[in-house]
Amino acid sequence: MSEPIVKFQDVHKSFGDVKVLKGIDLEIKPAEKVAVIGPSGSGKTTIIRMLMTLEEPTAGDIIVGDQNLWKMEKNGNMIEANDKHLREIRGDIGMVFQHFNLFPHMTILENCMTAPIHVKKESKESARKHSIEMLEKVGLGDKLDNYPSQLSGGQKQRVAMARALVMRPKVMLFDEVTSALDPELVGEVLEVIRDIAKDGEMAMILVTHEMDFALDVADKVLFLDEGVIAEQGTASDVIEHSKNERLQSFLKRFRS
Amino acid sequence: MNGNWSWDTFSEAFPIVLEGIWITIGLTIACYLFALIFGFVWTFLRRVPFKPFNWVVTWVMEFIRSTPPLVQLFFIFYAWPMVPVVGMALDPFTSAVLGLGIHFSTYIGEVYRSGIDGVDKGQWEASTALNFSTRQKWMKIILPQAIPPTIPMLGNYLIIMFKEVPLASTIGVVGILHMANSYGAQHWAYLEPLTIVAILFLILSYPSAILIKKLEIKMNTRFDKKAVLNGSSKGAVS
Repeated sequence: MSEPIVKFQDVHKSFGDVKVLKGIDLEIKPAEKVAVIGPSGSGKTTIIRMLMTLEEPTAGDIIVGDQNLWKMEKNGNMIEANDKHLREIRGDIGMVFQHFNLFPHMTILENCMTAPIHVKKESKESARKHSIEMLEKVGLGDKLDNYPSQLSGGQKQRVAMARALVMRPKVMLFDEVTSALDPELVGEVLEVIRDIAKDGEMAMILVTHEMDFALDVADKVLFLDEGVIAEQGTASDVIEHSKNERLQSFLKRFRS
Repeated sequence: MNGNWSWDTFSEAFPIVLEGIWITIGLTIACYLFALIFGFVWTFLRRVPFKPFNWVVTWVMEFIRSTPPLVQLFFIFYAWPMVPVVGMALDPFTSAVLGLGIHFSTYIGEVYRSGIDGVDKGQWEASTALNFSTRQKWMKIILPQAIPPTIPMLGNYLIIMFKEVPLASTIGVVGILHMANSYGAQHWAYLEPLTIVAILFLILSYPSAILIKKLEIKMNTRFDKKAVLNGSSKGAVS
């Protein structure tokens, strides 16, 4: 058994008085594919947003590799992480958003090249080469010089994936990446995710409402309910054989 | 020569009034540059994440905007030299640059802020996810999107400012209004020289207004190159 690449230890998160997460314990191994399902408002998205450093946990530890993400040591004490610390660890994590968040003032190719060049200090030529490879992989090799506004939602989301992939993260987060898409465009995006999943090495956490897809791709499924992990196991354990009543009624709504 | 329009007076006054145009234009540009730069300072100060400090900055901006620029001009020119310790006498041109520049910088600061607030929150999140540094986020992602939409508004302020610059004649800056006034006083003929002033302002500000209108249209359509293919992703901002 290899060491987990991501660990959550009793992680809590509140927004004001609202407790969204009430003690999350979680381990993700390298290359593991994890689907997070659950009713809306259950805190699914908050879990990955904390891992991407977009939200700070109220309590608990998030460990990436062997480093505490939100805390760092100073003179023997653990203090709140500063920006430098976050930047060091964040490089291992990538994210794809529900609303794509492409940079509208850049072409598709520039969207992919900008971070490798400015963050990873790759040469322009190599960033360009890798970006084109990635865009071809997601089926957009013919759109390099288009602007995001010229693409369909599905195409935008595939660009967003290529943009995250060129940074070669060890963990990739998918935040309901098909929820903002027209139904007929969902398939092409799921197809690309399946493709990425097959390549192996990268761990993936998918927050999703696509149950069949989760069953197909994920090694492990977490059912999140009212701020805790109510059920977890292999996809078939959780989705096909669970006795948890709330999970059953949640699934029923997707299976009718 | 009182009461009736005279083309002789007009042609005599015209070159004299025109002499002031460089001061008027120069003062406009100087005030505007000052306001553009100082506007950044306000925007920056307002973003300091410390509430009481923010309140003070907001209050000071509100104070500056709520007092007439003429009063501010008089204060800087006449009252400032009498302020103990920090007070000093400034020449009319410098006083005008400071007075009008600071006054308009509070408006320009608001324009910058609206531009920055207009950038979707997702753009910040995506640039965090790609691990950009704070500086890179501003320079590569946020400002390139925040500034272009503000250009028409900034242009409007240039025209508004141009029209406020004659206020400086009250403290003795020798622009076209001042030239016209002194011509009028010498020859007891105000109709022609002041008409010239109005015409000069019209000639300069009207084409500028048209130019800005064009800029605005260009800015509004800057990323919609040709047909937008099926961009129907439910209010998503890409």
